[in-house]
Amino acid sequence: MKMNGARILLESLKREGVDLVFGYPGGTVINLYDELMNVREIRHILPRHEQGGTHAADGYARATGKVGVAIATSGPGATNTITGIATAYMDSIPMVIITGQVPTPLIGNDAFQEVDIIGITRPITKHSFLIRHAKDIPTIVRKAFYIARSGRPGPVLIDFPKDVQISQAEFKWPESIDIRGYKPNLEGHQKQVEKAVEMLLDARRPVMYVGGGVILANAAEELTELARTLQFPVTTTLMGLGAFPENDPLALKMLGMHGAYAANMAMTHSDLILAVGARFDDRVTGKIATFAPHAKIIHIDVDPTSIRKNVRVDLPIVGDTKDVLVKMIDCLKGQADKVTAQHAAMEAWHEDISGWKTKHPISYKQSTSVIKPQYVIQKLRELSEDDAIMATDVGQHQMWVAQFFEFHQPRTLLTSGGLGTMGFGIPSAMGAQAAYPKRQVICVCGDGGVQMNMQELATMVQHRLPVKIVILNNNFLGMVRQWQELFFDKRYSQTCLELPMDFSKIAEAYGAKGLKAEKPSEVEQVIKEGFAHNGPVIMEFTIAREEKVLPMVPAGASLNEMVLNA
Amino acid sequence: MHHQHTISVVVENEFGVLARVSGLFSGRGFNIESLSVAPTSDESLSRITIVTSGDEAVLEQITKQLNKLVDVIKVLDFSDGSAIERELALIKVTAEDDSRAEVLRIVDIFRAKIIDVTPKSYTIEATGSPAKINAILDLLRPLGLKELVRTGAVAIGRGAKGWKG
Ligand SMILES: Cc1ncc(C[n+]2csc(CCOP(=O)(O)OP(=O)(O)O)c2C)c(N)n1
Repeated sequence: MKMNGARILLESLKREGVDLVFGYPGGTVINLYDELMNVREIRHILPRHEQGGTHAADGYARATGKVGVAIATSGPGATNTITGIATAYMDSIPMVIITGQVPTPLIGNDAFQEVDIIGITRPITKHSFLIRHAKDIPTIVRKAFYIARSGRPGPVLIDFPKDVQISQAEFKWPESIDIRGYKPNLEGHQKQVEKAVEMLLDARRPVMYVGGGVILANAAEELTELARTLQFPVTTTLMGLGAFPENDPLALKMLGMHGAYAANMAMTHSDLILAVGARFDDRVTGKIATFAPHAKIIHIDVDPTSIRKNVRVDLPIVGDTKDVLVKMIDCLKGQADKVTAQHAAMEAWHEDISGWKTKHPISYKQSTSVIKPQYVIQKLRELSEDDAIMATDVGQHQMWVAQFFEFHQPRTLLTSGGLGTMGFGIPSAMGAQAAYPKRQVICVCGDGGVQMNMQELATMVQHRLPVKIVILNNNFLGMVRQWQELFFDKRYSQTCLELPMDFSKIAEAYGAKGLKAEKPSEVEQVIKEGFAHNGPVIMEFTIAREEKVLPMVPAGASLNEMVLNA
Repeated sequence: MHHQHTISVVVENEFGVLARVSGLFSGRGFNIESLSVAPTSDESLSRITIVTSGDEAVLEQITKQLNKLVDVIKVLDFSDGSAIERELALIKVTAEDDSRAEVLRIVDIFRAKIIDVTPKSYTIEATGSPAKINAILDLLRPLGLKELVRTGAVAIGRGAKGWKG
């Protein structure tokens, strides 16, 4: 059957199982939007800014594991998606972004609202397509989704000229696709796996170092099984939080710059690191030269470029983390004796670790006069559901969430780890809530970042997305202030936001609920009231202004050179 | 250890591919010494020859990153001696009075060709390994180099085996 290009695109999205898109109309997608009215199966949410829409698609993808979809018009609409695309790219989030483009004959003419969006986004997409003929649309869409979700996932952009949206072609869904230059290596090499298991069984001071790759590959269950079988301590990166239950005795919690003392000490003293879906980011390793000086390193990653990029690796295994972990578990099944023997041999190691844990647990000093941010986070955990989805913005509050909100399940933390994007929190929470209308979705923000995409509160009210927004208001761009305090002699250049501003009133202006706590005694009541409200809420907490995120490894220092309190 | 490497990249003959490949180099601070590109006998493929430099770790990253690009079908890394490399140079030199004979002699020794003549100049076409081109340039430079255009190297593996995608 012949249809226009816009309809072919929408039919193709349906075939890919897309039921929800976040998009913003404009001249070059007006035909697409007109066709959308005829397609009931695809729900559409109109954000108030394309950056919000793109982060929402990202949040949807992080929470569900499906591919998020965002639509924007050409030119300014397209450029507004950039931060969202870069954020997803850095955290390997599967996403397809569809941008309108000026009619094919005008491309390259500096036409009205034309930008070379493929050129602009080249370094921040996994791949991109310009649709030239309507007949190519099904194949392009299929390829785009396949590339976005397979291997190391990432954002893929489809640029869709206006004239192609109108032109007619036959809709023919390809039975299969073959991209000869793209064959991600998903199967871990059996011999390498066996070698790795041998090393695991020889280790006396092992650590599992787990990253977001485990969550992306839906391999949290296998990871947990392997860790428990071997009785290996587990530390995770920020992106790996939720891959291993943090209330398990084997959990070391997060490592790195604001990681737990025990986690960083364990890395420093280990004789074997099993890195799974983690990329040895500089926020994790500290000074490379002194990173894990005694450890052999086994590195499992689906992306060969991640291996040996920052650190030496003794045994690389390229493959889907789930596949590799399953093979490891299988391989261990025949070696129960060795496993038992090793449990005994690791006794001293486990003692060292519990020593570090008790010596410097992640903690803070409570106060009766002023609200401590860590206390708010603890109360949030206490009063929220176990499978609550927590989105954060970027700054001190993000690290307090990572340190004090215990994560038990994968895909319950949405946070911008790689790019560190302020403004990510609210829209990503909105995307997750749209995917799971019944689950509890909480978003913790600072008073700085919340103002970067606050407009999406309107979208949440319109679409009845009951996100619970928590603002930890310290009247500062807190994380930068902390660096200025510690490393710039308290010269607070442009980090003070002092304003007689009332966020709860902003909530009311958008038609949401606004709540406020200024004393520790009010915290619990406000959270309870906020959680009980059946709609979007802003809960503002006036917190201790100069509270710091500790412990901290100063930039460029070694992992064991932690500032514990200052 | 820093050294030069010649990498041959077989890519889809599609718009934007060269930008992706070269963008990968610039975006990651990898060096490109020379780059040449043209379609192959298979119309759907192009072959890009890149001469780059860096230590082993850098080269490993370059090859892996190239392989990661969706439009890249094959990356052939020619380690020393495994490939034949050729480059074409067009060289315009001053050639007046006594120096005319000297230029001719050099052209003869290097088995190059004179492709344009004026009373004041010769234009020379030279092909050979990049080292050979450098050598002829070293000899011609003192005589007065007016203009130089080089293609950058192209490379093909030694032996009977061919790479046909
Ligand atoms: C878009 C963007 N701009 C600037 C920064 C740099 N930055 C990192 S944390 C931070 C301060 C955040 O302040 P706030 O949102 O109030 O949160 P707090 O640290 O106080 O919890 C800034 C400016 C960033 N990460 N993202």
